[in-house]
Amino acid sequence: MYPVAALPPSSAAEHDDTAIIIDHVDKHFGNVHALRDLSAEIHYGRLTGLVGPDGAGKTTLMRILTGLLVPDAGHATLAGFDVVADNDAIHVVSGYMPQRFGLYEDLTVMENMRLYAQLRGMDAGRHTDLFTKLLDFTRLAPFTGRLAGKLSGGMKQKLGLACALMARPRVLLLDEPSVGVDPVSRQDLWRMVQALTGEGMAVVWSTAYLDEAERCNSVLLLNEGRLAFAGPPDELTGRLKGRSFRLEAVGAQRRAVLAEALDLDTIGDGVIQGAGVRVILRAGAGPEQIQALASRVGARLTPVPARFEDAFIDLLGGGPGGTSALAERLSPVELTSDIAVSCHNLTKRFGDFIATDNVSFKVHKGEIFGLLGPNGAGKSTTFKMLCGLLKPTGGEAHVVGLDLRRAPGIAKAQLGYMAQKFSLYGLLSVRQNLEFSAGVYGLDSTTQRERIEEMIRIFDLHDWLSAAPDSLPLGHKQRLALACALMHHPPVLFLDEPTSGVDPITRREFWTHINGLARKGVTIMVTTHFMDEAEYCDRVAMLYRARLIALDTPDVLKRDAASADRPDPTMEDAFIHLVETSALTDEVKI
Amino acid sequence: MKSASGQEKSIVVRRFDPARFVALVRKESLQAMRDPSTLLIALVLPLILLFLFAYAVSLDVRHVRIGVVLESPGATARTLADAFSGTHYLDVTFAYDRREVVGKLIAGELRGYVVIPQNFERHFADTGSPLVQIITDGSQPNTANFVANYAQGVVQTWMANLTGTIPMPAVQLEPRYWFNPELASRRALVPGAIAIIMTIIGTLLTALVVAREWERGTMEAILSTPASVLEILVGKLLPYFVLGMLSTLIAAALAAFLFDVPLRGSLFALLVLSAVFMMPALGQGLLISSLARNQFLASQLALFSGYLPAFMLSGFLFEIDAMPAPIRAITWLIPARYFVSSLKTIFLAGDVWSVFLPDLLGMATIGLIFFLIAQRYTRKSLE
Repeated sequence: MYPVAALPPSSAAEHDDTAIIIDHVDKHFGNVHALRDLSAEIHYGRLTGLVGPDGAGKTTLMRILTGLLVPDAGHATLAGFDVVADNDAIHVVSGYMPQRFGLYEDLTVMENMRLYAQLRGMDAGRHTDLFTKLLDFTRLAPFTGRLAGKLSGGMKQKLGLACALMARPRVLLLDEPSVGVDPVSRQDLWRMVQALTGEGMAVVWSTAYLDEAERCNSVLLLNEGRLAFAGPPDELTGRLKGRSFRLEAVGAQRRAVLAEALDLDTIGDGVIQGAGVRVILRAGAGPEQIQALASRVGARLTPVPARFEDAFIDLLGGGPGGTSALAERLSPVELTSDIAVSCHNLTKRFGDFIATDNVSFKVHKGEIFGLLGPNGAGKSTTFKMLCGLLKPTGGEAHVVGLDLRRAPGIAKAQLGYMAQKFSLYGLLSVRQNLEFSAGVYGLDSTTQRERIEEMIRIFDLHDWLSAAPDSLPLGHKQRLALACALMHHPPVLFLDEPTSGVDPITRREFWTHINGLARKGVTIMVTTHFMDEAEYCDRVAMLYRARLIALDTPDVLKRDAASADRPDPTMEDAFIHLVETSALTDEVKI
Repeated sequence: MKSASGQEKSIVVRRFDPARFVALVRKESLQAMRDPSTLLIALVLPLILLFLFAYAVSLDVRHVRIGVVLESPGATARTLADAFSGTHYLDVTFAYDRREVVGKLIAGELRGYVVIPQNFERHFADTGSPLVQIITDGSQPNTANFVANYAQGVVQTWMANLTGTIPMPAVQLEPRYWFNPELASRRALVPGAIAIIMTIIGTLLTALVVAREWERGTMEAILSTPASVLEILVGKLLPYFVLGMLSTLIAAALAAFLFDVPLRGSLFALLVLSAVFMMPALGQGLLISSLARNQFLASQLALFSGYLPAFMLSGFLFEIDAMPAPIRAITWLIPARYFVSSLKTIFLAGDVWSVFLPDLLGMATIGLIFFLIAQRYTRKSLE
């Protein structure tokens, strides 16, 4: 394994294993208060998770710790060096992997490694042993001659890690290393980082995936620039002892049960988990109400271990209620056929690259259908062909029985589409955005006015009508995007990564609406890389390397991955299991 | 250099480390060679520009198309009409009715026309002076002027021949044009084009490659290493300096061997001038990239602050002496102005150091100012 020569040096360090001290750090960007009076410590030999939703201040903190940003107030030291006063030393003792792939895509793996070795004062010719070790460690040895731009997401991150490890830093800072990495490579990254901490290095791993927090030795939980929690993750989840339950095998009623449960005043949070509903009691509340609900629907109520995300939501005061004002207003969808969306042998090639390879499935009316897979697996391409944004190279796709090749215009009028990152018009006001989408779907002017007023009422947008979409809080922005996509009351709704970069509470609110829509018979197609979100889906299509490797209900997919030492696998475990058992072995696993 | 929090440890980081510098230059060179767009801008674009300025752009007035409308049937009138066809400065279309040529003038096929009216003979016999009308296309004032003056000249010469009384001027003018005896505009344009090419490589390309590092996030990773800003920036400029000099040599060779522009000065002087001109060009590129961290903005800034002034205010295309005083004052701020002046001298006159030295001083001063400002704005920080 990789040796760390530079352990905390001075005599003081023998008593003190503190690698990083953050002391009342404050940082503004214009009007945005990115970090508010933050104080914390990070230790050697431990994996510390810097956890929080997007915009919580994780990257700002990372950049301050690597000396790339100067705090407005307060101090920070890393390995005993002040990040401002001893800026040069910081760059010697720390290794940093930025959130975006920071290596040169037009240089090869080896050229990138050499560059970083030389920049860190090492002679690449004489340190062949270190290179061999790093290549071994990252399993990149077979790809040294490949351009970095041609590596898969996981391999890129491993190369980034190898370059950040050059010259043996005492502190390793990784900014969202697991984004864009498939679950199998993610396991690899965890393994590497754990080996490094085992040898005394301080490793900081920032992430927006709350489930990753559970794997860290210690966690700094950030929310809106404030430290919400610091300590071992089980200390936080421990606060929820005896408050997490699952209503087992609720089946077809699960969405109705969830909505009802969330409206109970003793329930702080709830999500769908396969055929079950997982609920969290508010602090101090008894299980009587939920027990009554369980008996009424004939479901068994079992206690389950708390998760980090539950604890986070509890810390923020619980999630939203279960009733969707939007779905209440919609009339049930009537379709002539039970099949809302279907595709047959759908294939898309870009040059010699196959993005979607022979994919076929059928989606029923009122179903929530998930397309799941890591970045680059072909989710977006498949999705775009299904909603007529991209012409298939082969095969066919139908929406509400209409062939997308023959009648793309009529078919598109039957679907609503919410693109990644919401794609609202930044230069139009909120009202103008609503007016535009009403106009673009060709509603007559009376209907337009009615629908716009309806959306404003449902989504509570009154106070924001003349504001620019970018100035909206994230939750409102998401409501606006959903309102725009639903303006023409489409029977089929396409959601492309609707919750990426969104905090867990906003995600809950979003799913409340989606569940409500599904109960009214709207067919929902959704792509996501949040594996646990797939639990909300009726059926999930798993895509990996352009192919459909599995298609079933979340429960069946998870059951297949269950083993003696993993009786209750997560969706991520299920995915890894599928990839490992399918013939498509990952390149890095040679 | 720095000591840390009372402990006995310190890490000295050198501001300029040759090994790191070499690594950065090597990286930049590899990237430049692998990026087809770099080679396109550095080598193909200069070729296209040179060919364009050498063949397509001409400021010379030759073969101007005019019409001559002969409405008078007389023999005298006919000799005047013939006088117009005897020069290669004009291409004459003859007509007997002015309606034939009016349409052509409007369509831009003719730049003007001369009418010899029906009563030409009688008027000439009565007064002894010829009566002609000259119509020109005022939408192109220079050509219109030329047509009017030249047509008058033709009429006067014709008069002189006819009456046999050639009015002898007091002074006989025999102009000699130095440096460019044929007054071929190509000879003045091609040297100037080198300044444009160097501006593109120095300013545009540099601004783009630095902005690209910010845009792709590679700058963040490099800044987190011990490499200093000085190493990063100089390591970035050196390969483009070499590329610019290479491009100059190619352009000079093309000028001399393909376009018949004589290089009367020495190659040494040309290289010295080009090398010094790279200072303001690269400095400006660097300054732009420290202000604009995306490629689109950087290219727009480079075009408006580098390329266009070099094109219009350097004396390359338009004579500085003919500009209004305020614009003339602005040209002193344009580094290309000094370079164009020296380039024209070195190609058409020779090594005239009394011209070069002030030009070199001007370029170096502007370059230094750019570098100083750029250094102030580029810090090892992401803000």
